[in-house]
Amino acid sequence: MIEIKNLVKKFNNHVILNDLSLNVKTGDTCVIIGRSGCGKSVLLKHIVGLLKPDSGSVLVDGKEVANLGEKELTVLRSKISLVFQGGALFDSMSVAENVGFSLFEHTHLEHKEILKRVDEALSLVGLGGIDNLMPSELSGGMKKRVALARAICIKPEIILYDEPTTGVDPITADSINRLIRSLHDKLNVTSLVVTHDMKSAYHIADKVAMMYKGKIVLEGTPNQIQASQDPVVHQFINGLSKGPITDAVDTFK
Amino acid sequence: MFTLFFMDLGRKVLALIYFIGGITNLTVQTIYLTFKPPYKYDHIIVQSKKTGYDSFPIVSVVALFIGFIFALQTAYFMQRLGSEMYIASLVALSIVRELGPVITALVVAGRVGASHTAELGSMQVTEQIDALETLATNPIKYLVVPRFVALSIMLPVLTLFANIIGIMGSYMICVFKLGITSSMYMNITFTSLFYKDLFTGLFKSVIFGMVIALVSCYEGFNVEGGAEGVGKATTSSVVISFLLIIAADCFITALFYFILP
Repeated sequence: MIEIKNLVKKFNNHVILNDLSLNVKTGDTCVIIGRSGCGKSVLLKHIVGLLKPDSGSVLVDGKEVANLGEKELTVLRSKISLVFQGGALFDSMSVAENVGFSLFEHTHLEHKEILKRVDEALSLVGLGGIDNLMPSELSGGMKKRVALARAICIKPEIILYDEPTTGVDPITADSINRLIRSLHDKLNVTSLVVTHDMKSAYHIADKVAMMYKGKIVLEGTPNQIQASQDPVVHQFINGLSKGPITDAVDTFK
Repeated sequence: MFTLFFMDLGRKVLALIYFIGGITNLTVQTIYLTFKPPYKYDHIIVQSKKTGYDSFPIVSVVALFIGFIFALQTAYFMQRLGSEMYIASLVALSIVRELGPVITALVVAGRVGASHTAELGSMQVTEQIDALETLATNPIKYLVVPRFVALSIMLPVLTLFANIIGIMGSYMICVFKLGITSSMYMNITFTSLFYKDLFTGLFKSVIFGMVIALVSCYEGFNVEGGAEGVGKATTSSVVISFLLIIAADCFITALFYFILP
């Protein structure tokens, strides 16, 4: 279970997360929606311990992430995978080395066994047979799917996705959505997905949370979100250029 | 005008304090993690090859030219005194104690240090270093320690070769141009050199290797702002390494002068 309580984060006195609270139950898929630059990726980085909050707390399975020592953090990170927005594949390694990185580094599994797991993970994302390619030889969508394969290769309990379907074609986006859904259904993986893609959000989410001005302004099931009369949520989910979100920006300008 | 000047000065002082704090922190963590198992021998070998073997040609060429130039410049003065045979001892001592370690370190800082900063900087802006952390891997252990160990070992090795090649350069000028006999040149060279001189030079190069590794990795880890940031960090890395190498050289030379006169 992920519990985020009154999280505050500022960069150069600019408030990014403003007293944000959110709970994600074990086995649930929670989708966070919100405009670009509203702090969604910053929130994910707090959950995995890459950033420390200015105040408030992030608890994963009851443990406060910011207070974990090096060993406890390593244990936590072996249970959580983060799929980065740009893939963040290691340039100097082949696809197989990228996908099997954690297994090569932190387990005593035999090389053959690791390569088998790598192949399985790559097949799951529809990229079998590209083990020996380098990241520079892949398209943007393929990089994203390899990053996804790297995340699932360690069989994590929690997966954090940072815009998994952005920049990929609709067919690939649908296969990624199906994969996220099947990980949820078959392995009971807890997922937190940051996205702008409303089609994807409705497809995969048990719960959708709308982030605005550093806070969660509304959370609910996909149906509840679609039926919401909140003007901010309404403008965002319908992709309208006029409304309270853009009016606030225009006023600021 | 004055306000702007003091604001700029204040910013630079703060940046210096931040740099000193950051590099001290990185140094302590790197030394601690160097001795903490597991040891990444394969990574150290890869980095040693990049640092040592790949830098050997450029270091050799520079050392050879330094040998030529130093012999010719010394000869210009020594010929006036009629003491050409002392060129050998002067060149040997200067190269082994000073020029060999410093020139090698400057070449390696420009070649290897810049490459480390650019590589780690690119990893930083593409979130690869964050990815390492999320994959439960300490970036300092994985990226800095192998470079630190490789540079600390390979820089003295390169310096040793640079010393030999530099002296060979001087030998070629003295024997083939100035008419000093080969046996006399070698005899004067070996009698003027003590183990202490060699030790001083190699000790310096170990410290220079550590300086290059830490500065280049620190600058790489602190890149901000994409490709432009990588460029700026690479420039800073080379400039700061050059400055610290010269400063460390001055400090160590003074230290040995007073401790082992």
